[in-house]
Amino acid sequence: MTQAPSETEAVVLTTGTPDRRRRDDGRWAWALIAPTLLILAIVIGYPIVQAVRLAFQADEQLDPATGFFEEGGFAGGSNFVHWLMQDCGGGAGSCPPGTLGSEFWSAIGVTFFFTIVTVTLEVALGFWFATIMGKNLWGRSVIRASVLVPWAIPTAVTAKLWYFMFADNGIVNSVLGQQIPWMTGVWESRFAVIVADVWKTTPFVALLILAGLQMIPKDVYEAARMDGASRWQQFTRITLPLVRPALMVAILFRVLDALRMYDLPAIMQGASGGSPTTTMSILVTADMRQGNFNSASALSTLVFLVIFLVAFVMVKFLGANAVDQTRAGARPATKEKTS
Amino acid sequence: MMRSTKRIAVLALVAAVALTGCAGRSASDVDTTARGPITMAMGSNDAGKLAPVIEAWNAAHPDETVTMFELPKDADPARDTLVQSLQARSGDYDVMALDVVWTGEFAAHRWILPLEGDLAIDTSGLLPATVDSATYRETLYAAPMNTNAQLLFYRTDLVPTAPATWQDLLASCPTARAADVDCLDLQLKSYEGITVQATQAINSWGGSAVGPDGLTPTVTTPQATAAIQAVTDAYADGDIAGRSSGFTEEETNLAFLAGETMYAYNWPYMFDTAKTEPTSTVGDDFAVAPIVGPDGVGASTLGGYNNAINAYSEYPATARDFVAFVQNEDNQRAFADQSFPPVLASVYDDPELVAQYPYLPVLKDALEHAQPRPVTPFYSGVSKAIQDNAYAAITGARPVDQALADMQAAMTAAAS
Repeated sequence: MTQAPSETEAVVLTTGTPDRRRRDDGRWAWALIAPTLLILAIVIGYPIVQAVRLAFQADEQLDPATGFFEEGGFAGGSNFVHWLMQDCGGGAGSCPPGTLGSEFWSAIGVTFFFTIVTVTLEVALGFWFATIMGKNLWGRSVIRASVLVPWAIPTAVTAKLWYFMFADNGIVNSVLGQQIPWMTGVWESRFAVIVADVWKTTPFVALLILAGLQMIPKDVYEAARMDGASRWQQFTRITLPLVRPALMVAILFRVLDALRMYDLPAIMQGASGGSPTTTMSILVTADMRQGNFNSASALSTLVFLVIFLVAFVMVKFLGANAVDQTRAGARPATKEKTS
Repeated sequence: MMRSTKRIAVLALVAAVALTGCAGRSASDVDTTARGPITMAMGSNDAGKLAPVIEAWNAAHPDETVTMFELPKDADPARDTLVQSLQARSGDYDVMALDVVWTGEFAAHRWILPLEGDLAIDTSGLLPATVDSATYRETLYAAPMNTNAQLLFYRTDLVPTAPATWQDLLASCPTARAADVDCLDLQLKSYEGITVQATQAINSWGGSAVGPDGLTPTVTTPQATAAIQAVTDAYADGDIAGRSSGFTEEETNLAFLAGETMYAYNWPYMFDTAKTEPTSTVGDDFAVAPIVGPDGVGASTLGGYNNAINAYSEYPATARDFVAFVQNEDNQRAFADQSFPPVLASVYDDPELVAQYPYLPVLKDALEHAQPRPVTPFYSGVSKAIQDNAYAAITGARPVDQALADMQAAMTAAAS
């Protein structure tokens, strides 16, 4: 309230007290963002700090004399060693099959496998859908709406639907006329999860790519046609470079999402770990269910670091691209609107 | 300066509220004679069966009414709800219907009160195995409410009498093959169901999953090895249907009702579904018998609920009286009427009920041979160790000896 007059005052007396004015502005700015910072500190900062703090505490120990659980105390880095080295108390690699500790690296492998396969398929299919949705076809709005239906269905429902379809007596086996163990086979069950995820998420990718496609001015294509560019040349020389920022955002979103994948495999194949579709997030919750909140905190810190690292690499990669494009003379307006 | 000081003060206040919000009284200063209105928490799938019991109690005790709080239907989310509440030291759910396998963990966390002194209940009329399932380190921590044991369902149009032993069962499998149906369907999917199958095989062959202390695993004994080997061989030969490795109770139920199998192990609820579901094709052409072991009746694994009293409850005396009330003859008879197998032994001999529910004597026989799953505070880890390794052994992914050695090691790791 007092700032508006002081602004004029400052302009008038600007030669007198420049430092003081800057200091007042700084304080005012701090005061304005303080509530946001406070909320962020409570909602984001506190849980992260707490998770890291818990990760360095030991899980509760059973007192053999009384049969009751007692506080675990400080654990140092042993929770992290437990996961990274698969150490269940007998040195590296001592976690036998049937413990969550033995599943750490396989869960990481499964998560990255799902991420790479699903994102690749979703981007390829999404691009195709986006081109169709962008065409001036008859009934375009119907096509757009129907493509988006899978995205509008809650993931839990999607998972159940595909679970029934891939069941032993489900429609997939009936149509194929075979008895394929979609729910128990190692690769069959992974395939089932990938199909369900691609079915659900392709529309989302298509929508983001469509937004990017619509940013490309039509006159560029007209000019290209005048110059005699083929369809393929138009695609590789105009569409791809200009849609790239939107595409990169879509890929980044999807990769980060896929690395956190939980609900689809958990509902389709079970969340107790030990299945061929156990992802990192499933492992975290399975560990919490066993009451090991501290080692679960260590695991979720590790998962956080993995995802952070991937995001960091990708943003760096994206950033580099944006710089290249500006230098190459691409329209900065396009880039800003889509990113 | 003023502003930043205030900010720090606000932050400190928020932090203080967050840190102290969960403080409460400890389990030791409980007044075991306090009475008043209480709440009972139970999974919503079975909570309806208790409605008449609660009604009767409330009519007789207007000052100590019981309110039902329905937990999620599935076991895992229901347990999560209780654990979160108890970790916050909340006395919201005075009486908790615990799945039998949760009892050890809840007792070891001091979340539930031992039923001794003022809170002691009379267990003399109860089936002994149900009392064992509620006992942790020789102290009773919960009052068994209902129980359950798997039965052998068999098709009387294919086999006139039930097999007496595991060998008899396997010997009759050619009949099933001739009729082009599965011989035996079990729950061998990698989830709690295969823990039930593995422990009842081990118990039936005279072994045990854990030693008398409830912690030391004993799954590499000759008996346990013979048991898992027998199941593995039957699975490899196709006597246990190959698709069983993806079966839960529900798939077993559907397969039996559709007439696709000659034998099936399942909980008694399948008796009702097979008789009453419109989709059932087996009609009256089936009967039940106890599950089988190498020398006769096998040792079924117990299911059911144990009623425990919250350590933070304000009115433990009312809670104690209510859990004892649930065990009285009238209420237990009412449970039998709803296919909710009672824990009171005498109910199974009631001629009127037996006429109505012919499986009751068989169930009693099964329950008398039944064994609880390990009462250990690390149950979920122990169960996972059994699940993953039993699945690997039975499906042939790892040799039986290797899988059982891994199971032993994983159970040890889970309990440390």
